[in-house]
Parts: sequence; structure tokens; C-alpha cells
Amino acid sequence: MTDTPGSAHSAPYGSGSATEEAAAAEPVVVFRNVSIAFDGPPVLDDISFSVAPGETRILLGPAGVGKSVLLKLINGLLRPDAGSILLFGHDVATMTEEQLFPLRIRTGMVFQEGALFDSLTVRDNVAYQLIQERVADEEIDRRVHEALTFVELDSTFDFYPASLSGGMRRRVAIARALIRRPELILYDSPTGGLDPITSTTIIELVMKQRDVYHTPSLIVTHRLQDAFTLSTHRFDSALGRMAPLPKGETDPNTTYLMLEEGRLIFDGSLHELVHTDNKFVREFLE
Amino acid sequence: MASAPRRRRLAVHALFCPCIGFTQESGFPYPAARQTPMAIGIIERTAKDIVLTAQEYTLFAQRAVLNVFRKPLYWTDFLMQCNIIGVGSSAIVLLSGFFTGGVLALQSQATLSQFGATAVTGRFVSTTMLRELGPVLTGIMVAGRNASSMASELGSMVVTEQIDAMRALGVDPMRKLVTPRLYACIFMLFFLTILADAFGIFGGAFVTIFMNHQNGTQYFSQAWEHLRYPDIIQGLVKPLVSGFIIASVGCFYGMRTTGGTEGVGRSTIDAVVFSSVIIIFADFLLTQVLLTFFPPI
Repeated sequence: MTDTPGSAHSAPYGSGSATEEAAAAEPVVVFRNVSIAFDGPPVLDDISFSVAPGETRILLGPAGVGKSVLLKLINGLLRPDAGSILLFGHDVATMTEEQLFPLRIRTGMVFQEGALFDSLTVRDNVAYQLIQERVADEEIDRRVHEALTFVELDSTFDFYPASLSGGMRRRVAIARALIRRPELILYDSPTGGLDPITSTTIIELVMKQRDVYHTPSLIVTHRLQDAFTLSTHRFDSALGRMAPLPKGETDPNTTYLMLEEGRLIFDGSLHELVHTDNKFVREFLE
Repeated sequence: MASAPRRRRLAVHALFCPCIGFTQESGFPYPAARQTPMAIGIIERTAKDIVLTAQEYTLFAQRAVLNVFRKPLYWTDFLMQCNIIGVGSSAIVLLSGFFTGGVLALQSQATLSQFGATAVTGRFVSTTMLRELGPVLTGIMVAGRNASSMASELGSMVVTEQIDAMRALGVDPMRKLVTPRLYACIFMLFFLTILADAFGIFGGAFVTIFMNHQNGTQYFSQAWEHLRYPDIIQGLVKPLVSGFIIASVGCFYGMRTTGGTEGVGRSTIDAVVFSSVIIIFADFLLTQVLLTFFPPI
């Protein structure tokens, strides 16, 4: 950990050279002038941004501004009306559904309500991709236990989703998204509708994935507390839980985007976010 | 006063759109000027919706059929659906076939006795069951049970984002969910129809022997001797088409569900109604075509 107290930007944990390398590398996701509408005014209008390797981008905005739509555009679950979306260098807007499947396998996605298959056990839900790939049962069991241990739910191996609480479902959904070690993770409101304690547990898992595996991710949320926690804390592997960064320090690889009525009105660091003059951002933060 | 052609035009307009507001000027109800194109607009939108739905359904069904020529093939899901559709529907098909055959024997007895022709009850029941009632009844019974279950199951998966989750996990829901259901339904409806035909003939025999007190041997020999291959072919081509209609319509409405749990209910109703109506319509067309190839003697 590099301790350089000062500005919000200047003191990353992790090596500075790694950050520079990440910045220099090809972005994992690139949005260029993307617009989409559903029988009415545009849901997203002329959106441009990118996600660099190792970067965690937090997408903020009130409910109904198109955050989930934006997330679904990344892995081609929705198609834009205009603009281009590059995922791992491939333009998903022009690809067929068939061509998209290999790209989606490289991407993990956690849905708003978990979207677990309710007719399958937790084991089969988490192992869904591996089962389709006909991986041996012993190998599946081993990897499912590993993924469930990561989210601290190993005891639910044989349970059905109906017998899990809301928070447990989200954690199982995270385990399902992580089991194939994706190169990008998309979290759609992972803490939405959960109590503060469970939300903290989920954020800790997101942080653990970020800090242990350095997987780039895009997190949709309207909970500022969760967003700020991701910037001001890190996962301490030795302690096995998250710990606050020294005062004044923030994670430099965690940056923010904000949407307002389908338009991207902010793209920057936590420091820039809290010091912006944008009236809407200020109202949202207050 | 409005001119006569204008009055006619407005009257026609009011017929198409009785809900629009009228102004009481010059003793004649005029629709407000800005509301004039409303009826045309509604007709246009409805027509476009119908054409769009037909187009979407055609593409959907085409994809579901052609998926069988591309890997991966989900054999386990196919067998599971065969069990759900085939074994699960066998009881209702068996019972409806048995009682339909019985009713046919009862009704024919009343009519045939007037001509002293009750001996041909077996022929009447077997021909009617094999050519028409067996396939159509089985289709409608299975549509009621399985088109609804397909629409509600897939619809629930759509509204809870399970279909999106499946796509996000790199699995094609068309191949995994729709194609196995389609082929399982076609495959099993064929055998369910044979079951319905057989139990229909047994139902007719039961009524003939135990209620009409006629000769059972005569019933079965009549039923057997007058059956021709064209009758059997007619009866076994129809379930293949019905099976396709049940699964494709059920899955189509399930996969295009919108509007939460209320939308699931709507999709289920649409799936049952449309699949039942299309089965009867397709039966009518098929009978016309098959009678051209196999004219009655």
C-alpha cells in the first residue's frame, strides 16, 4: 500500500505503475455517442465513456434515468439505436446474438433482484455456465464451493433460491457471476432494496473482487453511501474484511459517472464529484 | 348545415370511432377538427400491430425450428419436456378421448336407430375419432394444459430477468427453452393422439356394449374393417401441425411478456386462446388439403 496523504487523487493503495499501465492499456468498455429509445423520448442520449482495465466505475443517478439500460447495452442484451459500444475491442452493436455469446461468457453480470433460476438449486445456479460446458461434476462441485465460500454462503449449496433471503440471493448471484473468473463484472444495483447491514456485506464482496482479483467493473447504484464506501475503503485480505483508507485517501481506480434524464452529466473521480458545480449533481449529493 | 357528403363522412367516422367527442353545431354532431384522423389512426395502429406480431411470430418459429440443425442440442431438456407434455397430459387426453367416443356412440345410436343402422356405430365412432375428433380434441386439451404452462413459465422468467440472465451467461434461451419444447410437443402430440383415438374407440365400445346393449364383436369389426390408410394418415398428420402450433404460440407469447405478473396472466390467456383457435383453423385447412389428396370413397 502506498501512503501518500494529500488530495483525494494522490494516494492510491496499490502500485502507481500498475495504475499507469492500466490507463495505457486498451479500455475494456468504450461507449461512443450511444443513444437508445423505447417508443418515446430517448432513454439514453449521446452517451460516451470508457472503462479501463482494473477500473471500477460507479454509475450514479436517480431511479429511471437509464442506468440498468446502459448496463444491458454493454453485453448486448439491448441494442443501441445509434453509436458504438466496444466490449473487449468488439463492437457489440453490430454483432449477431450468436457472436455475442462468447463475449458474454467473458463478462459476469449481477442482476437487480439476482435473477436466479428458481427451478434450480444454488449449486446448479452458480454452476450454470460450467454445466452448459459439460465440466466434470467433481470439478463443478469444487468450483461452486469455492465461489460460495467467497460470498460466505457455502452452507446454501443444496438450497433452492425460494428459501434464501434477498441479501443471500444477491450473494449467490455474485457467486454465479464470478465462477468463471470474468474479465469484466457488471453489477446492477447490487444493494437495492436491502437493509444497511446486508448492503455493507454486498459492497464488501464487490470490494473484495476489486482488490483481490483487480477485475474491472461497472456498478449501478443510487445509494451514495455504497458508492463512497467503495472509494474510501479497501479490502484487507489479512483481516478478511474491508478497512478504511487513511484519511484523505481514496481508491484512484474507482471513478464515477452520473446520468440525468438519459444524458451523462458527470464523468470523473470522487474528488471531482464532490467539488463539481453541476447543480443536479450537487442536489443529488445533498 | 353540413353538406350531405360531409354528413355521410362524419357518420362513417362516428361508426369507426364512437368514443370521440362531438360538437353540437348547426344541429349536427361534428367531431372536433383535430380528432378527425383518430379512427383511421386506430385502424392503422391495429393493422400494423397485427402485421408486426405475425412477422415476429414467423421469425420466432423459424428460428425455433432451425435451431435443431445447430449445436448445442439440449437432449436432456427435450426428454424432460417429453415427460412433462407427454406423460403429464396422458391422463386428460385419455379421459377426454374415452368420453368423446362414448358420447359419439350415444348420439349416433339415437340417429342411426331411425334407419336401422346401429350396426355401423363402430365404423362411425372409429372414423370420426381417427380423422377429426382425436387430433383436434387432443390438440385443444394439450393447448389448454401446455401452451398455458409454457407461456406462464417463460413469461415469469422474462419478468424476473431470468431470460436476460441466461443470455448474459452465454446460453441462447431459444435453443435451451424454446426448441426442446417445440420438438417435444410435436413428438408427443403424435402419440397422445393415438392414445386419444384408441380410448375414444374403447369409450364408444363401452357405451355400445353396456348401455346400448349391442354386440361388441360387431362394433370392433366395423371399427376395424372400414378403416383406410388415408383415414389414419389424416389423423396422424394433424397432431404434427397442432404440436407445432401449441409450442410455438405458447413460447412466443411467453417470451414477449411485458408488464410484470399481470403481463404473465395476459400472455397465458393469449397463448391458450390463439393456439386453440389456430389449431381449429389449421384443422379446417388441413382437412381441405388432405381431402384433395385422399378423396372420400
